[in-house]
Amino acid sequence: MSFQPLPYEDSTYAAPVDTIFVLLTTLCSVITLAIFAVIIFFCIRYRRGSSADRTPGPPKKEQKIMEYSWTIIPLVLFLFLFVWAADVYYNMFSPPADGIPIYVIGKQWMWKMEHPEGEREIDQLHIPVDRQIILTLTSQDVIHDFDVPAFRIKHDVLPGRYVRMWFKATKVGTYYLFCGQYCGALHSQMIGQIIVMTAADYAKWLDEAGATTSGSLAGEGSRYFHELGCSGCHENSKVVQAPSLAGIYGEPVPLESGQMVTADDDYLRDSILLPGKQIARGFQNIMPSYQGLVSEEQIVALIAYIRSERNTPAPTAGSTP
Amino acid sequence: MTTQPVHTLPPKNYLNAKETVASWFFTHDHKRIALLYLASITFFFFIGGIAAMLMRLELIHPRGYLFTSDTYNKLFTMHGVIMVWFFLIPAIPNVLGNFLLPLMIGAKDLAFPRLNLISWYVFMFGGLFAVASILFGGVDTGWTFYTPYSSTYSNGWVIAMAVGIFINGFSSIFTGLNFIVTTHKLRAPGMTWFRLPLFVWTLYSTSLIFVLATPVLAITLFLVALERLFGVGIFDPHLGGDPLLFQHLFWFYSHPAVYIMVLPAMGVVSELMAAFARKRIFGYNFIVYASLGIAFLGFLVWGHHMFVSGESIYAGMIFSLLSFFVAVPSAIKVFNWTATLYKGTITFDTPLLYALGFVALFTIGGMTGLMLASLAVDVHVTQTYFVVAHFHYIMVGGAVMAYLGGMHYWFPKITGRMYPETLARWSAVILFVGFNMTFFPQFILGYMGMPRRYHVYPEEFQMLNVISTLGTPLLGIGYMLPLGYLGWASFFGRIAGPNPWRAPGLEWQTSSPPPEHNFSAIPVVTTGPYAYDLLPDGSKSFTESDDGG
Repeated sequence: MSFQPLPYEDSTYAAPVDTIFVLLTTLCSVITLAIFAVIIFFCIRYRRGSSADRTPGPPKKEQKIMEYSWTIIPLVLFLFLFVWAADVYYNMFSPPADGIPIYVIGKQWMWKMEHPEGEREIDQLHIPVDRQIILTLTSQDVIHDFDVPAFRIKHDVLPGRYVRMWFKATKVGTYYLFCGQYCGALHSQMIGQIIVMTAADYAKWLDEAGATTSGSLAGEGSRYFHELGCSGCHENSKVVQAPSLAGIYGEPVPLESGQMVTADDDYLRDSILLPGKQIARGFQNIMPSYQGLVSEEQIVALIAYIRSERNTPAPTAGSTP
Repeated sequence: MTTQPVHTLPPKNYLNAKETVASWFFTHDHKRIALLYLASITFFFFIGGIAAMLMRLELIHPRGYLFTSDTYNKLFTMHGVIMVWFFLIPAIPNVLGNFLLPLMIGAKDLAFPRLNLISWYVFMFGGLFAVASILFGGVDTGWTFYTPYSSTYSNGWVIAMAVGIFINGFSSIFTGLNFIVTTHKLRAPGMTWFRLPLFVWTLYSTSLIFVLATPVLAITLFLVALERLFGVGIFDPHLGGDPLLFQHLFWFYSHPAVYIMVLPAMGVVSELMAAFARKRIFGYNFIVYASLGIAFLGFLVWGHHMFVSGESIYAGMIFSLLSFFVAVPSAIKVFNWTATLYKGTITFDTPLLYALGFVALFTIGGMTGLMLASLAVDVHVTQTYFVVAHFHYIMVGGAVMAYLGGMHYWFPKITGRMYPETLARWSAVILFVGFNMTFFPQFILGYMGMPRRYHVYPEEFQMLNVISTLGTPLLGIGYMLPLGYLGWASFFGRIAGPNPWRAPGLEWQTSSPPPEHNFSAIPVVTTGPYAYDLLPDGSKSFTESDDGG
């Protein structure tokens, strides 16, 4: 297994991040070296015993002008870089609508990756080159951090919530995936690899890896939906009053409290584990919590299933499928 | 140096006023308490330093054969906790500040001498818990104690360590309170606010942070203990808590804490620059407002530690912008120190070498801080060795250089004797070289992507790690030499006389070492603190400005 040397420019972020870094380094170096040069010059010229002119310096007013100019001019230059860096940052954490959604679950001390087609990997992630990859990250225990230096991306992976970010790898190769947030004894061994493949290789890999899986992530979620008893209430039951989940994904949900929330990954996750937190309008708080009864992987599959049902129209009340 | 008149030590001074052991442990004299602190923090510095040396030794090899991961994790936790709370935070305020604040403003002592003594006992009591938790098996959370690792998952002596830091905080609060009241109430006649030495201004700004920020740390650690001991869900999401809440609270204290370390260092450097350029400090008022500005803005930038933590990206943008602004007062200071050298009469005694070292390293640390404040760049380099290098440039390159510079400058006042000048100059140079060799490679390692707190690492990082480790013996010599020769000179150095640097500050207008109550008569102040031009033997005369500037 051969790794690319770091830090290689291998994602769409590398160019802007490196450009900003080089500009910052240049600006900072010029200022720093100028200060050092002036200090050294003064130290030599005004050393004790030198015959340099020491008649009083500039009057107070000129001093003030100097103070203001050496404060304001560098600030303006740096603010320009602030805006640029903020723009790239905003982009990193605002995923586009289309791309390959990958779920990543961190735990002490391994990475579990789940592809939409149902392939699972541990400490490895196979992705195609030049495609947008949208990551949804969560942790099963403590805070970890999904850190791929070659792509210039990094974000903490928190328990109890989903973090989303995206990137596009631009070169075929194998890259380090580090855990960037201290997470306990084997933190430094929580290293995985991102394997970027050509579209053809990736399709082949999907075929081979897919042979051992039992269907897509959504299909698996559908199975859990029935096995865990979700369907008993949420699939057109006449006995228990519970909202139908067909077509709900990504839509606004009115709550009992009068607020509106969007039915995204976080909302669905909370509704499984903390059902009392946000009650859909018109329903009662009767659902038991599934805390401790479902794993993070199962939740991810359930969400994938609900998402796959997003284009199914919600059935009208009383109708039977 | 010109020929010095032969001096003798004053027969009665604070060191020999009373000679029993109890007279030291129950003293109310701020100068003696400063020495108690000096001995304590020096002890802690070497504990923290040994941990650092062991870590660097381990990192010579990428597979880490020397220690287990667990031991390595305990070493960096111990290094961080000891260095931050038991050395860096108390170093300048509690040693130099304690000794000098009353002397500089013409007071007999601090406002609350007993509280001052209590603060030392509280400090030591906290230290006892910290050392005990290390001896019993250590803590592996890192000095940042991120939850839910610290509150639920870690198996170490987290509670004992947290109690140590909790108690330690009260010593900071007591000191801060004491300094604030002293500065307000005990200034000598004529010592107006704008005649205060800049070191006093920075101690005052630091004290505000002590009093306002430290309670937040205490509350945070208390909440961690509550969750760890009783399972109260505050930070762990499995208990219904929020792990990010901890980081907000922690950095709300710990970012200002960086300024607790750096502000007094800036004050020391201001004194040294003026003393060895033999000139009024340039832009006195600007430096004063910059100190207060740093103390204030320091409270508004904690979120820049959390750009990739999960805080909202809009919060990230605001914190980034504010972090650019907080650089402004620091930059003002650097420019003013530089301008102070202009048309000075500069002698390169050891304290100035340290001060120049401070300016160089602090500037590099500050500039890399701006890179870290830039959002997209931070995403790449945060939590890597780039950050490690950055904050060591600020906290070690900056604060410790200034501390040593101050120790040399005021050494004749504290002991009545001079240190060996040639040896001291060499020692400062060795420290500067050793520091850069140890920490500069870490900037490159960080940009290459090496995460911090890694006990084993990929092989391509080895070369720079070896260079970094090779710098540590030099760094170690740079620290050991002053310990040796200052210790020797305390007893055998040449007698210094009351004012060996021919400086105008009030602390130099009394004998060295000073008498028990500092001054034979309370001085009356008629000029600003940097009136080098008004001294009878001042080598040049300036008439450019009024009291302050």
